Amino acid sequence: MSYIKPKFAHPRLPKNEVGYTKKYYEGVISTLCAGCGHDSISAAIVEACFELNVEPHRVAKLSGIGCSSKTPAYYLSNSHGFNSVHGRMPSVATGANLANRSLIYLGVSGDGDTASIGMGQFVHAVRRNVNMTYIVMNNGCYGLTKGQDSATADYGSVSKSGHVNTYEGIDLCALAIQLGATYVAQSFSGDKQQLIPLIKGALSHSGFSLINVVSPCVTFNNNPGSTKSYDYVREHNEAVSKVDFVPVKEEITVSYDHSVVTPIEMHDGTQINFHKLSPVWDPENKISVLSALMFAKEKHEMLTGLLYFDKNSKELHELLHTTDTPLHQLSEKELIPGLEVLEKFNESMR
Amino acid sequence: MNPTNYHDPEYYHKVVDCQYACPAHTPVPQYIRLIAAGKYTEAYMINWESNVFPGVLGRTCDRPCEPACRRGRVEEEPVAICRLKRVAADFKGEISHLLPEIPEIKNGKKIALIGGGPASLTVARDLAPLGYEIHLYDNHNKGGGMMRSQIPAFRLPAEVLDQEVNTILDMGIHTHFNTYVTSLASVLDKGYDAVFIGTGAPRGKNLELPGRYDAAKNIHIGIEWLANVAFEHIHSIGKRVIVLGGGNTAMDCCRTSRRLGGEDVKVVVRSPFNEMKASPWEIEDAMHEDIPITDNHVPKSFVVENGQLKGMYFEKVKPEYVDGKRKLVSTGEPDVFFPADDVIIAIGQENKFEWIERSLGVEFDQWEMPVLQKDTFASTLPGVFFGGDAALGPKNVITAVAQGHQAAISIDLYCKGEDITKRPPADTKLFSTKMGIHEWSYDNDIANDHRFIVPQEAKELTLKDRKKEVELGFDLKTAFKEAQRCLNCDVQTVFTENKCIECDACMDICPTNCITFTTDEEEEDVLRMKLLVPAINKTQDILVSDVLKTGKVMVKDEDMCLHCGLCAERCPTAAWDMKQFLYNTAKAGHFCYV
Repeated sequence: MSYIKPKFAHPRLPKNEVGYTKKYYEGVISTLCAGCGHDSISAAIVEACFELNVEPHRVAKLSGIGCSSKTPAYYLSNSHGFNSVHGRMPSVATGANLANRSLIYLGVSGDGDTASIGMGQFVHAVRRNVNMTYIVMNNGCYGLTKGQDSATADYGSVSKSGHVNTYEGIDLCALAIQLGATYVAQSFSGDKQQLIPLIKGALSHSGFSLINVVSPCVTFNNNPGSTKSYDYVREHNEAVSKVDFVPVKEEITVSYDHSVVTPIEMHDGTQINFHKLSPVWDPENKISVLSALMFAKEKHEMLTGLLYFDKNSKELHELLHTTDTPLHQLSEKELIPGLEVLEKFNESMR
Repeated sequence: MNPTNYHDPEYYHKVVDCQYACPAHTPVPQYIRLIAAGKYTEAYMINWESNVFPGVLGRTCDRPCEPACRRGRVEEEPVAICRLKRVAADFKGEISHLLPEIPEIKNGKKIALIGGGPASLTVARDLAPLGYEIHLYDNHNKGGGMMRSQIPAFRLPAEVLDQEVNTILDMGIHTHFNTYVTSLASVLDKGYDAVFIGTGAPRGKNLELPGRYDAAKNIHIGIEWLANVAFEHIHSIGKRVIVLGGGNTAMDCCRTSRRLGGEDVKVVVRSPFNEMKASPWEIEDAMHEDIPITDNHVPKSFVVENGQLKGMYFEKVKPEYVDGKRKLVSTGEPDVFFPADDVIIAIGQENKFEWIERSLGVEFDQWEMPVLQKDTFASTLPGVFFGGDAALGPKNVITAVAQGHQAAISIDLYCKGEDITKRPPADTKLFSTKMGIHEWSYDNDIANDHRFIVPQEAKELTLKDRKKEVELGFDLKTAFKEAQRCLNCDVQTVFTENKCIECDACMDICPTNCITFTTDEEEEDVLRMKLLVPAINKTQDILVSDVLKTGKVMVKDEDMCLHCGLCAERCPTAAWDMKQFLYNTAKAGHFCYV
């Protein structure tokens, strides 16, 4: 048979608060290689949106070009979508967000789409603190063109053909923290328990959220010597934090040990409980986070979990002082208020 | 908990719900695939091997397979398995060259079969190809037993029955028709090596009520009356008929009455409507023929005036349930009178073993049923075996066939002087259906169609002719569509732990969320609740893997699995494979011990 997914669902599939089953958040069947990490991330997005009770029509999913950028077809079939030019997703997302701030923006991209061709776009979306979630499905290779090393391939990593990478890999998390991202996390496609709460946190965060997800390419980068294979990541994964997502309505009755658990309130009233598993860094201190990342790199470890969080985040609309009404909803009447208003304005400038 | 032992064929056997529920364990999905492929003869032969009477059962089976059908769980209506079987029978080609060869030189053993019904015929079918000399005794002039005497021709045309009975009788069976066996001792005296008793449950239950014998000619016993109609001793009935009873025999009686001149035919049953014993489709067919069913009415007395039956009195009752047990309690309303010219009593049937001399050594229990060894169907007298309704009381044709197969194995072992309790294992095979990257040797694109309805002949025609078959059977186009509704449960999801890299692809793709990777639990019940959708249907197993690399286990709930194969398609390491599982119960002579 070809790619056909039966329409049947489990008859006892639970519904969320907005009345949808998880099935409603799914997409068409994936055409990626069997076992691709990206499919797990798609599944995590489905689960996160379902659990967050997001109404699918309130989500805009955006992507660029690449294996990763095909994935919006595989989740949230009932949401808005835009598949942009290679590497230009951050710019399209910025524009869309400015025009309509009422949607939840979810961008997915790959390591090529972000760290190579799209780098110039990516960094500016970060520094503008565009209110969006930006998930990088990072497999360290160009899977769509037969597995050449990408810009995030680690120094010394061995490709499937036996080639040893001689270039320094770009650390997207460190870069984003330096550029002013306000929610930075790192995870692994094979660890949904960690990934799903991170996505929920990112979707609830006001400002630019980056989740760099190492997502093994089963076809071209799952070989011994690769630093982005299933086995390597499982062995070198050092979870620095564990995040529990607490919905706004849920009363918190458990008393936490605050030296380990930090409750973080999100702008929409929800809360994430941040379990600090490693004592070496302070997640609200950039210098501390950056040095932890450097140390980990020395030790060939990959830090995962929520790495950095800025609770004073001011997203782009706040920085620009735009009106609360989404710009695309403003009519001619509001946009051209007439001669009288103009004159009053001019007067105020004198 | 302990990983599932899927090397035990019974695990996968249970996953094939229809086959598991079938007393004869007919490989249902296998023949349904053949029907979809247009191979009707092959589909028929698979049935014939297993259940001996595909044409009969395709029309009249009690279909225990259908309530078990997975389709009924994931959707609403099961696959119309029974009527697909009929398609195989209706459209089959020549089968004579596919039948087993009957040895010219016999093996020197003589077997007597008492009763010519489905159980005895099954024994004959299984033993004749092995060289046994078989003698079949029946009191009627033709074989078939209750299939002929109790199932009306409008449900089962005589040609269909004759063909399947004759296929067996043509195996060189010595028939002794019109012979009513009155003594087991006289049979044993003839020096048979073994005797099989498949005499059914030939006595219809009577109802001793006031007036019962005052108009005896108009008060009939259901199965006797049906037999008299079938053998053309009775050709008519009064205009107003009351049928007592709520089972399938009652349905056959009322529908037959409609064809013999009954205009105002009603069924009156003691129990509430939804607790009637008849199959729902039989009730439906009766009501379609304008036969009202009055429930919660207990018969009180027959009213006879001047030797002429006038009707019956009934007491109105309502059910009360105490500790799950039903009691019918009077509503206190005055008794109801229903006028009638004829009454048919169809309230059950019983066995009749007066012809078996108690001195012979065949023991009977307190209910006058033979004491039998479980599984072998051997009586307490060596060499005498039972099967069908005669063995464990009235059931159905398919159960009789299943018991016939088992008795045949026992007889064969007995005649060879082997231990009959050493039962041969089922013949099982498990092989991959993978043909290419997205190709399997079965069609895993599941149709969303709802169950198709079997067309019926116009009521105006069928009510005029007792022998006119009501159901027309599926045409080939509809049969194909209905066959495509089958989920191929015999194509098993087979998991190999050491190949799994725990990428979650199978868990993510599964359309019905059957697969979960989670940490293990001591208690199965706890583990069941941890699945993506808790596995609360405990009649269905969960497949639990050994511990995987990360310390988790793979748990699959068999309950809602569509057998679509997407887990295997999305598995990068072929840790999942879709393997076809064949399970054929052992037949006499055709097995080897492992």
